[in-house]
Amino acid sequence: MQVPAHVEYEKAASLEDALNLLVRYGPEAKILAGGHSLIPMMKLRLVQPEVLIDINGLTELCHITVTDSQLHIGALARHAQLLDSSAAGRHFAILHDAERVIADPIVRNWGTIGGSLCQADPSEDLSAAFAALKGTMVISGTGGSRTVSAREFHTGPYETVVGPAEVLTEIRVPLAHVSGSAYLKVARRAGDWPVGAAGAAVWLDGDTIADAGIGLTAVGARHFAAAEAEEYLRGRPAAADVLARAGEIAAENCRPVSDQRGPADYKRHLACELTIRVLRTALRRARENAAAGGYAA
Amino acid sequence: MRIAVTVNGTEYRREVEPRLLLIHFLRDELRLTGSHWGCDTSNCGACVVWLDGTPVKSCTVLAAMAHGREVVTVEGLANDGELDPVQRGFAQCHGLQCGFCTPGMMMTARWLLNRNPDPTPGQIREAISGQICRCTGYENIVRAIRWASDYEAGGSR
Repeated sequence: MQVPAHVEYEKAASLEDALNLLVRYGPEAKILAGGHSLIPMMKLRLVQPEVLIDINGLTELCHITVTDSQLHIGALARHAQLLDSSAAGRHFAILHDAERVIADPIVRNWGTIGGSLCQADPSEDLSAAFAALKGTMVISGTGGSRTVSAREFHTGPYETVVGPAEVLTEIRVPLAHVSGSAYLKVARRAGDWPVGAAGAAVWLDGDTIADAGIGLTAVGARHFAAAEAEEYLRGRPAAADVLARAGEIAAENCRPVSDQRGPADYKRHLACELTIRVLRTALRRARENAAAGGYAA
Repeated sequence: MRIAVTVNGTEYRREVEPRLLLIHFLRDELRLTGSHWGCDTSNCGACVVWLDGTPVKSCTVLAAMAHGREVVTVEGLANDGELDPVQRGFAQCHGLQCGFCTPGMMMTARWLLNRNPDPTPGQIREAISGQICRCTGYENIVRAIRWASDYEAGGSR
């Protein structure tokens, strides 16, 4: 039987309350959101916090809203909520592509978006999706809040810039004209972690790629992104040979490791091929969106 | 710590350790053993119950997190002794063999039909994709859920 070790428990009544509790208990306290990463880690004794600060009652962190300029996702929004949000899917198809393949429908009902990001597992899908979209993370502490780009959020496997007395409160993604996005994952079984996965967002100017974002999951990409491939794409025509070269560059610049999910060379192959495929889908969606005179894909 | 959880319409107050998992609270404290404790790793779905109306894997939720919330287990599916159409579907279509996955499967099935009364076999398979059955090959579970859907439509489909 797997059960967590002894732990104290506090229920936060508000964000302010949660932050004060974090200050009071110090670095041995852990924020408990959906718990779908934390509780399994506690069962295995890989994490052994002294205190859990339950933020599930903080309804102010549960929103998914679209304003004129940005998509706002509360850190406590559940995965299922993002998948159910037609506004989020309309603007950023990549988020729905990714959510459809994260764990399973029951886990998505309770697991949270902020929790997944803060767990910072190198195989976690949304980290790459938000890296591709060039999103922003809002982090709150008792002294106020600060923002960091999605690409500065992770400092390594299972590590983020969120301090011991801070909470990730919101993820923001800027809306853009004539853009499209996509995510694709290769896993061995339904609901499993990826062998490799890629996400792309493209911003078009006519048939020229004005800008691109490429996120890579589980293949050892720095900051979950393929910055060199993005740089190559910028200002180039949206043509098949260009996408193929971008895929090669993405593969050359990642550092996959062999493990029980697959050998490194296969993961590198996936980084290349999946990058090409998501770019292709993102471009198609951007063109469809442009043809429809829409705002974003 | 002291918690109060409403389970199948009845409020239960208990003194529990914060580390107690919801599945063990239901089975060991309340003796509601219909929900099964399976893989312990949120993979198999034998422990699925509703938390505030949504199916969750109760091996990965602390009992403390259910404080002040409403839980529905398989014991709460029948209405005044009359089996829910989902339960009848599992009986009619041989949707179980050993029965270990059945409580979780039925809780998810009821939730699916509440949201989508006429699901395709593909939608049913997607809905139960977080749950493992080692006996039926899933075919009869899909049939059982379709049976319940048809039954609730008055046999009109």
